[in-house]
Amino acid sequence: MTAMPARITVLGGGVGGTLAANLLSKELGRDAKITVVDPTGMHVYQPGFLYVALGQANGRWLARDERTLLRGDVELVVEQAMSVDPDAGLVGLERGGTLEWDYLVLATGARLVYDSVPGLSEGSHEFYSLAGAQRLREELRRFRGGRIRVGIAGIPYKCPPAPVEFVFMLEEYLRHRGIRDRSEITLLSPLNRAFTIENASKVIQPFMEARGIGLTTFFNVESVDPAAGTVSSLEGEKTEYDLLVLVPPHRGQQLIDDSGLGDASGWLPTDRRSLQVGEHERIFAMGDATDLPISKSGSTAHFEAPVVASRISSLVRGTAPRTNYGGRVMCFLETGGGKATALRFDYEHPPTPPQPNRVWHAAKWMFNRLYWQTVPQGRIPERAPKERGAA
Amino acid sequence: MTTTEIGRSIDARGMPCPGPLMSLIGAIREGKVGDVIEVLSSDEGSRTDIPAWLTKAGHELVEVVDEDGFTRFVVKKVR
Repeated sequence: MTAMPARITVLGGGVGGTLAANLLSKELGRDAKITVVDPTGMHVYQPGFLYVALGQANGRWLARDERTLLRGDVELVVEQAMSVDPDAGLVGLERGGTLEWDYLVLATGARLVYDSVPGLSEGSHEFYSLAGAQRLREELRRFRGGRIRVGIAGIPYKCPPAPVEFVFMLEEYLRHRGIRDRSEITLLSPLNRAFTIENASKVIQPFMEARGIGLTTFFNVESVDPAAGTVSSLEGEKTEYDLLVLVPPHRGQQLIDDSGLGDASGWLPTDRRSLQVGEHERIFAMGDATDLPISKSGSTAHFEAPVVASRISSLVRGTAPRTNYGGRVMCFLETGGGKATALRFDYEHPPTPPQPNRVWHAAKWMFNRLYWQTVPQGRIPERAPKERGAA
Repeated sequence: MTTTEIGRSIDARGMPCPGPLMSLIGAIREGKVGDVIEVLSSDEGSRTDIPAWLTKAGHELVEVVDEDGFTRFVVKKVR
């Protein structure tokens, strides 16, 4: 007698969801029926938004049809998932249908919540959505000099290096336009340093100083007054701006709230090693959707997806799951002037970033170009050999 | 031992820097003036980061207690 194939549903067609679905398909073949549910059916390469905002790339190379990135035997449902019933093993869809699953992967990402900070939508720009990046690009084209403040309106947020990369690349952009001497750039940091990770701040801050980029510390954005052109902090400070660029606050997706699976901010309570969600032995999470105390980034999802795929494969095969996530993350950080550094770390080892150099800048560009042919298909090794099979 | 009544406790043990501070900032954001918040942190950086932030933000550090393997910060929202 042949067993029925295991029904595996993956919510979210981003880096993590796509890679997990492809790895599961490769591993389980006919023993699984894999379905990816994504509201747009388009896979977006979000690290590219930064380049769009600064006029270095257009939006076209940032999005591809998700269907073209999935293996042939993975089904794609282009529809908004509305709810998850963990006990009945059901996902409710927007048009009223339901999907039954034996195993569920939540790779639903984060959403931007502009309305949680007064004045944010009217008074600031952002590069965390394609539309926002395109608007910022136009605003920068019109910019003739003045005070530019770049800040963070809520933690956690995706891609922690992005605001730092933005100020470096912005400085270069203004120099090329010949308006650097008429412009002031200040990074408003929520912490007492430029970047969340102390070792990285030590490398970055001297570069900021050398480029004349200001740093205001402990500035957690509380409100924006577009009429007065000021931004205020929770710490009681207020600063004037001519152009304000803020990372919007993030939270988990509505469907996670509606299903009662998330915490107060909509993040999924996720085991830091097994990536299991709460007490639900057949539900796993990855990427921006989790509550893990590590970077929300595509890189994190990239390293988590193989762990989730391996654990589900073991469960389907009736063997004990052995693969664990060690907290591995790898991020590039552009410092302008054709240089970049790299942050590589895990739960136990903080990063020791090299001095910014041309090699890492070239590596970042190569990665941007090769992404479509490598990451979603699992063609880049996800784990260092020493981590393979670690219990 | 504190005599102040703790209104909210944040167990940030095992969270790397700056997680404990950011959790505290989030709690202050959501809280009311007069609220007393306790943060448990095993991260060494919290010993400098949390008092430095409280000084800047104008809130009161009621107490710092060394416990077994972690530190307990008791904080009062004053404005």
